[in-house]
Amino acid sequence: MYDGSKIIAGILIFLILMTFPLWYNASTGKTGYMPKPKIEPKILAEKKQCIEPKEFIRVKHMDLLKDWRESVVRRNIRIYVAGDKKKYNMSLTKTCINCHSNKRDEFCNQCHNYMGVTNNCWDCHTHPKEVSPKGT
Amino acid sequence: MEFDRRGFLKIAGLTVLGLAAKPGWEVVSKIKPLETLPAPSPFVGKKWAMVIDLKKCWGKEGCIECLDVCHRIHNVPTFGNIKDEIKWIWSVPYEKAFPEHINEFGDEGLRRKPVILLCNQCDDPPCIKYCPTRATWKREDGIVMIDFHRCIGCRYCMAGCPYGSRSFNWKDPRPFIKKVNIEFPTRTKGVVEKCNFCEERLIQGLIPACVEACKEKALIFGDLNDPESAVRRALKSNHIIQRQVELGTKPKVFYIV
Repeated sequence: MYDGSKIIAGILIFLILMTFPLWYNASTGKTGYMPKPKIEPKILAEKKQCIEPKEFIRVKHMDLLKDWRESVVRRNIRIYVAGDKKKYNMSLTKTCINCHSNKRDEFCNQCHNYMGVTNNCWDCHTHPKEVSPKGT
Repeated sequence: MEFDRRGFLKIAGLTVLGLAAKPGWEVVSKIKPLETLPAPSPFVGKKWAMVIDLKKCWGKEGCIECLDVCHRIHNVPTFGNIKDEIKWIWSVPYEKAFPEHINEFGDEGLRRKPVILLCNQCDDPPCIKYCPTRATWKREDGIVMIDFHRCIGCRYCMAGCPYGSRSFNWKDPRPFIKKVNIEFPTRTKGVVEKCNFCEERLIQGLIPACVEACKEKALIFGDLNDPESAVRRALKSNHIIQRQVELGTKPKVFYIV
């Protein structure tokens, strides 16, 4: 192999740089980091349940929200029947955020930042805590 | 060990199959479909319309209650320049609104009188035909809707609307809203918006905000399919004009002069 030593050295440097995040996290003890979406204390105190089982919501909340969106905006159907036959208003701000009012940093963004998934819900939909009125 | 082409292909095939197993299983083992309750829609068989009685409207000068309340509750931004202007309901001089109804010898004062304009909620809306994503469509109760989630901001609908009822968000509107009404979403940069006949109020059993706000009772709102409704009575007993009916758009906003 021509210039074998240079090539192997190059590959080694490349591998070290590529795996830098892994061993950097390992050396600072962050490998076991898991996002912890925080539930509002008042929800925990009242032992309120989410509209669907936790496992379903974790995996399918984005599909659920998309279905709600299509249903409300395009078909004017606004009542959702949950697995336990309870009925809910299909509204992100009125149903979801009513409980998860700490949405931004403590709830949604915990996992969304970890997974590198961005959403644009809040470009338009508003939340009482985040709307800073300008002027009056 | 001999490793020929055939052997390599076999192993490669098995590897791909193995990698595809999990995602494949996830597709077929879908958790469950969405169950909804078809809400008893109060809008079946309705055809919403508005009559604007200009004689009553002109009874009080300089009043902007209807414009103000609409833009306030719908989070319509104020940019302060005409290029970026977003309008749901606005006012223009009579000669601009109804150029075909004036003549050069007519009353000079009439030409300058303000006329309230809003989306005509056409029965045959030209705007929806241009939308490549079907982000805008006519609902069964006749309201021309915009789905801001689907709007890609191509502005074909704006070119298609002969009334200039649609506005485009050239920049993020939220910083330009004086006080955000949290009951209604704001819009984002790159979508088209217009009057929605207060469909969010209709579903709560309320009438449009502009109609409610008008102290002169110049705006009349109701169901065209109901012969006893206020709009039908107003249409029956008055001389009515509409904007550019010759285009065949069948506007559902009527004017009494």
